[in-house]
Amino acid sequence: MSSTLLDPPVAPSHQEIRQKNRTPYLPWLMLSATMILLGVLTGYPVVRLVVMSFQEYERAQLMGLPAEWVGFDNYATILTDVDGFWTVLLRSFVLMVVLVVITMVIGMLVALLMMRVGKALRLLVSVGLLLAWAMPSLAATTVWGWIFDTQYGVVNNLLTAITGDRWFGYSWLLNPLSFFTILTCIVVWGAVPFVAFTLYAGLTQVPEEVMEAAQLDGASAFQRFRLIQVPYVRSIITVLVVLSMIWDLKLFTQVFVLQDIGGDRELTNTIGVYIYQMGMAQGHYGLASAIGVVFVAVMLAIAYPYVRRTLREDEQ
Amino acid sequence: MIKIRKRLADTGYGVIAVIVFALSAFPVYWMVSTSFLPNNRIRGENLAFFPTPDVFTLDNYRSAMFGQVRAPFPPAVANSVGVTFLTLVITLVVGFVAALALTRFQFKGRRTFIVLILVVQMIPGEAMIISMFRIIDGWQLLNTIIGLTIVYAAGVLPFTVWTLRGFVNGVPKELEEAAMIDGCSRVGAFWRVTFPLLAPGLVATGVFAFIQAWNEFVMALVIMQRPDSMTLPLWLRTFVQATQATNWGAVMAASVLIAIPAVIFFLIVQGRMTGGLVSGAVKG
Repeated sequence: MSSTLLDPPVAPSHQEIRQKNRTPYLPWLMLSATMILLGVLTGYPVVRLVVMSFQEYERAQLMGLPAEWVGFDNYATILTDVDGFWTVLLRSFVLMVVLVVITMVIGMLVALLMMRVGKALRLLVSVGLLLAWAMPSLAATTVWGWIFDTQYGVVNNLLTAITGDRWFGYSWLLNPLSFFTILTCIVVWGAVPFVAFTLYAGLTQVPEEVMEAAQLDGASAFQRFRLIQVPYVRSIITVLVVLSMIWDLKLFTQVFVLQDIGGDRELTNTIGVYIYQMGMAQGHYGLASAIGVVFVAVMLAIAYPYVRRTLREDEQ
Repeated sequence: MIKIRKRLADTGYGVIAVIVFALSAFPVYWMVSTSFLPNNRIRGENLAFFPTPDVFTLDNYRSAMFGQVRAPFPPAVANSVGVTFLTLVITLVVGFVAALALTRFQFKGRRTFIVLILVVQMIPGEAMIISMFRIIDGWQLLNTIIGLTIVYAAGVLPFTVWTLRGFVNGVPKELEEAAMIDGCSRVGAFWRVTFPLLAPGLVATGVFAFIQAWNEFVMALVIMQRPDSMTLPLWLRTFVQATQATNWGAVMAASVLIAIPAVIFFLIVQGRMTGGLVSGAVKG
C-alpha cells in the first residue's frame, strides 16, 4: 500500500490493482461500523419486536415482572378486534389510496402546467412548490391547524365575511370527515411538489419531434398525453406511486399533531398512531408489538416491487 | 382566430399558474405573517393580512422563546442541535466508508449487503417504536442525546450509504488507477483525485441527514419525554397541546424558528432530489 517518493515509481499492472481489490477482509472492515449500527439498532429492535409480540407485555412487565410467553394470543386478539385493529387498518388504507390518487393527479396536472407555461410563470410555480416542499411536516401541520382554527382561523373568518353566517366557533377537526379533509390538504400540499417536479423532469425528456409529429397527424392534446407522454414516464409514475403509498401509509406526525389540536383520537387513528396509543399511551406493549409486526410485513410487501426494480436498475 | 384562441389559452394557463403558486405559498406566508402580528390583529374580525410597520411586533418570538411555556426553549435548541450534528457526523463518516467498500471492492456478499441496505430502508420506524423504547430504556439512555442520536443514526444510515454509493460510483475508478500508475499510493490517489470530486455529494448527503434529524418527530416523542430533554419538534408540539386557548401568534413564531434551518438547507440541495429518480428512469 505504501509508495513514497523514494521508491522508484513502479507502475502497478492492472492485475496487481485487481488483486489488491480482492483483499477479503478490508471491505468487511470498512462495512463493520455500518453493520454494527444497523445490527444493534435495526436488526435487534426487529427481533425484540417479534419476541414481544409473542409475550404478555404490559405495564407490570415494564416494572420488572417476567414476561410470559403467550404464543399467538396477541395476534389472535388484534386480528379479531374488528372495531379496533381492522377499522384502523381499513381507515389507513382508504386514506392512503385517496391521498395517493389525489397527489398523483394534481402532481401530473401541475407538471403539465409547468410544461405549458413560459419561463417566468414556471419559475413562479417552482418557487411556490419549493416552499411547500421544504416545510417540515410538523410546522406545516400547525400552520394548517391555525388556518382552520375553530375560534380565529382565517377560513372561518373568510366564510363569515362571505356567507354572512357566523362561522366563528365551527370546529373543523371534531368531525372525522372534515378532519380527514384537512389532513388530506396538509399531506397533498406537502407531497405534490416532489411528484410534480419529478414528473416535470421526466416530461421534458420526451423528444419534441415525437410530440410535434403527433400534432401534425391530428392527435389531440389528450391523445398526445395518453399515448406519448404517459408511456414515456410510465416507470417514473410507478416509482412515485409506490413511494407515495409507503409514505402515506406511514403517516404519523400530521395525524398525531392534528389530533392534539382538536381531533377525536378514537375516530381518526391511523396505523402508526394506533401503535403509539396502544403501546406508549395505554401500556399494551405486547399487543402493540404484534400490530407493529403486521405493519412491517405489510410495508415490505408494498415495497417489494420497488426494491426489485431498483436492484434491477442498479445492476445495469 | 387561432391566434386569439391561443392567447386566451395562454392567459388561462397563466392564471392557473398564479393560483397554484398562491395555494402552495399561502400557508408559508400565513405562518410568517401571523408570527409578526400582535394578538388583537390575528383574532376576530380585525384580522390583518399583512404585518404592516404600524402593527409589526416581535412579541410572539419573545413569548415563544422566553415565555411561560411547558418546555423551555434553550435546552430544546441545544438538544436539537446536538442530536442533529452528531447524527450528521456519524452517518457521513460511517456511511462514506461503507459506500467506498461497496463501490471500490469486489467481494463475496457485496450484493447481499446492497439488497439488505435497500430492504432496511423499507422498515417503517413507526412500527418499531415499542421495541425501540424498550431497548433504549434498557440501556438507561432515555432522555439522553446519545440515545436519540444512535436511533437517528441507524435510521438515516441506509439512505446515506445508498446515496453516497451512487456519488462514488459516479467518479470513474480509472481516474484513481491513472493516478496510481503515475506513482500515487492507493490512499493518495483517493484523497487527491476522488475525494475532491465527491465533496458536493458529501455535502448534499449531509444536508439530507441534517433535515431528517432536525424534523424527526416520532422517535423523539418516544425517547425524549422529559421537558428539558425535548427536541425542537416536541417543544413546538407543547404549544398546540395546551388545553387552554392556543396562543397562535407564539405557535407560528415557534414554527418559523423550526422551519427556517430546514427550509434553507433544503433549498441548497433540492436540485439533487429529483435528479436521481429521473436519470435512467426514462426509457425511450
